[in-house]
Amino acid sequence: MSDEFDESSGPELTADEEALLKEMPTLTDVGQARRTFMGQTIAGGMGLFALMLLEKERALAALCTEPGAVFAAAPAVENPVRVALKINGATRTLELDSRMVLLDALRERLELTGTKKGCDQGQCGACTVLVDGRRVLSCLTLAATVEGKEVTTVEGLAKEDELHPVQAAFIKYDGFQCGYCTPGQICSAVGVLAEARRGDVSHVTEDVNASTTRLTDDEIRERMSGNICRCGAYPGIVAAIREVHSGRESARTWRFVEGEELARVRKEWEADETV
Amino acid sequence: MRPFKYVRASDAAAAARAVAANPRAKFLGGGTNILDLMKEDVERPNELVDVTRLKLSEIKAASGGVSIGALAKNSDTANHPLIRRNYPLLTQAIVAGASGQLRNMATNGGNLLQRTRCQYFYDTAMPCNKREPGTGCGALEGLNRIHAIFGWSDKCVATYPGDMANALYALDAVVRVRGASGRERAIPVGEFHRLPGDTPQQDSNLAHGELITAIDLPKSNFAKNSYYLKVRDRASYAFALVSVAAALELERGRVKQARVVLGSVAHKPWRSLEAEAALVGGPASEESFRRAAEAALAGAKPLAHNGYKVELGKRAVVRALMRASRLA
Ligand SMILES: Cc1cc2nc3c(=O)[nH]c(=O)nc-3n(C[C@H](O)[C@H](O)[C@H](O)COP(=O)(O)OP(=O)(O)OC[C@H]3O[C@@H](n4cnc5c(N)ncnc54)[C@H](O)[C@@H]3O)c2cc1C
Ligand code: SF4
Ligand code: FES
Ligand code: FES
Repeated sequence: MSDEFDESSGPELTADEEALLKEMPTLTDVGQARRTFMGQTIAGGMGLFALMLLEKERALAALCTEPGAVFAAAPAVENPVRVALKINGATRTLELDSRMVLLDALRERLELTGTKKGCDQGQCGACTVLVDGRRVLSCLTLAATVEGKEVTTVEGLAKEDELHPVQAAFIKYDGFQCGYCTPGQICSAVGVLAEARRGDVSHVTEDVNASTTRLTDDEIRERMSGNICRCGAYPGIVAAIREVHSGRESARTWRFVEGEELARVRKEWEADETV
Repeated sequence: MRPFKYVRASDAAAAARAVAANPRAKFLGGGTNILDLMKEDVERPNELVDVTRLKLSEIKAASGGVSIGALAKNSDTANHPLIRRNYPLLTQAIVAGASGQLRNMATNGGNLLQRTRCQYFYDTAMPCNKREPGTGCGALEGLNRIHAIFGWSDKCVATYPGDMANALYALDAVVRVRGASGRERAIPVGEFHRLPGDTPQQDSNLAHGELITAIDLPKSNFAKNSYYLKVRDRASYAFALVSVAAALELERGRVKQARVVLGSVAHKPWRSLEAEAALVGGPASEESFRRAAEAALAGAKPLAHNGYKVELGKRAVVRALMRASRLA
């Protein structure tokens, strides 16, 4: 495969996608894996969406790398607390209302909107992040309490342009539909895998005194039960975690539609739409 | 959420003093219950004293048993080798509750003090004596499917919803607390929570400002034959409708010692001395377990919508004892 993402020989793009690609100056300096992924994804038909997500993620990651900056207090802050938040490797000192939970600090003050708000009450798992490597719910964590701890959000999982294995597996196995629960599912899965490596037990572990680190599908389901998926993408989620846990990659059972085939499929869709 | 002052306590004595000095102050553990209730405007503290950085999270062998720090996380407690080996019932009870994320946050002290899940308690538009004494009990004549069948009063029919405390009760655990004056008390788990009576606003016998510092487990002969059974509306991530902590000490097929504690059936973990008496001295057999289950539920007083808990409770007791004795 060539080093550069070649638009002319690559998959056909819509006018919108083409424009977006051109408008993105940073795209030229990102590495092979991400470029290929985006190219393929575009061809897969979900292009614009994935492209925007990745680009936004980049911008946000960049935003978070200025250390030492102090954000001005938002209006109407009561009982202000000064908190040094260490998020995805970068420290930011914020003046926050003592009531602010980590979820809102991430989304409203740090523009890290990857972490999602579902129920805001501990009942859905959408807001899951990692604190000192352990999965927790950011909606029930006061921001002030994580001072000095390492927070990792979904934006911080990928290494440069290399997706985290769990992220890649979610794409491979279609571990999502609308994607709203996905950042929480992925962070939770990363936590589950670490817990399994430590030999932690679960509600479905037969003998809690025996030490085992192997996750059966039932174990995965139980351990992930704190993450609700309204779309019911559970089979894909379990498959993704199973693969990363086992360390054995199986072949992808689907492929991207490209070239002439894509043109034909597009025509068929257009014909369908006119019906 | 109403404004509150956030304070990080430097040591246990300072934490207890800070809360004792302000009637509207509360301790902050993992926050998984109190923040939820503050968002719902049910809890309205004007000061939270964060105790999670106090050095009270050790789990260690102590005088033949094990002492668990009040600030150890639920997940660390459940997975500690000393607990898994000697008190598997406690491990099972903890991992039956909440979710992986919540157990990583929840402290043992906060877990003991989690409040009821009665829907009227959560809904500030409804009457509730626990939330606002004197307003009446919405659940008494309302929807009371998840409510108590033992020990309730006409002031409150709520249940204590937690799992961990049921196992602790069966294991004869003792809660260590420390007051603002530095005075320490040891409260057996069975006397830690209370029945509602005329003052349902009070869940436990803890005084304001008393800090839970540890939970002590005595040496136990139940490790081989115990089981925590939890019955709920879905397979995981839900509170119990009925749960049973069953622990047996067997000798040549006969029951030498027994504990049967039911959860989510009363305002506190509900130990059945009747069931235990029916078991001790008898064989470990399904027939004997059935008699014990009948004895356990004989005094139940169900409400309009929770009659099912009586039969469910009996079957749960039998199943838990069968699993504990490895007959099932
Ligand atoms: C969606 C959901 C599902 C759940 N499911 C279950 C379940 O199935 N089973 C179950 O058992 N639980 C369940 N829980 C409850 C959960 O276990 C409790 O919320 C948790 O254990 C409370 O611990 P915490 O440290 O977060 O307490 P916090 O919320 O921090 O505190 C709770 C109370 O304890 C007081 N407190 C805290 N620490 C101390 C201390 N050291 N001394 C004195 N007072 C103290 C606080 O002031 C507060 O009043 C669930 C919770 C949620 C949100
Ligand atoms: S049962 Fe107790 S908690 Fe529920 S409404 Fe009645 S008084 Fe309130
Ligand atoms: S938003 Fe935190 S658990 Fe639902
Ligand atoms: S993918 Fe839509 S909620 Fe999970």
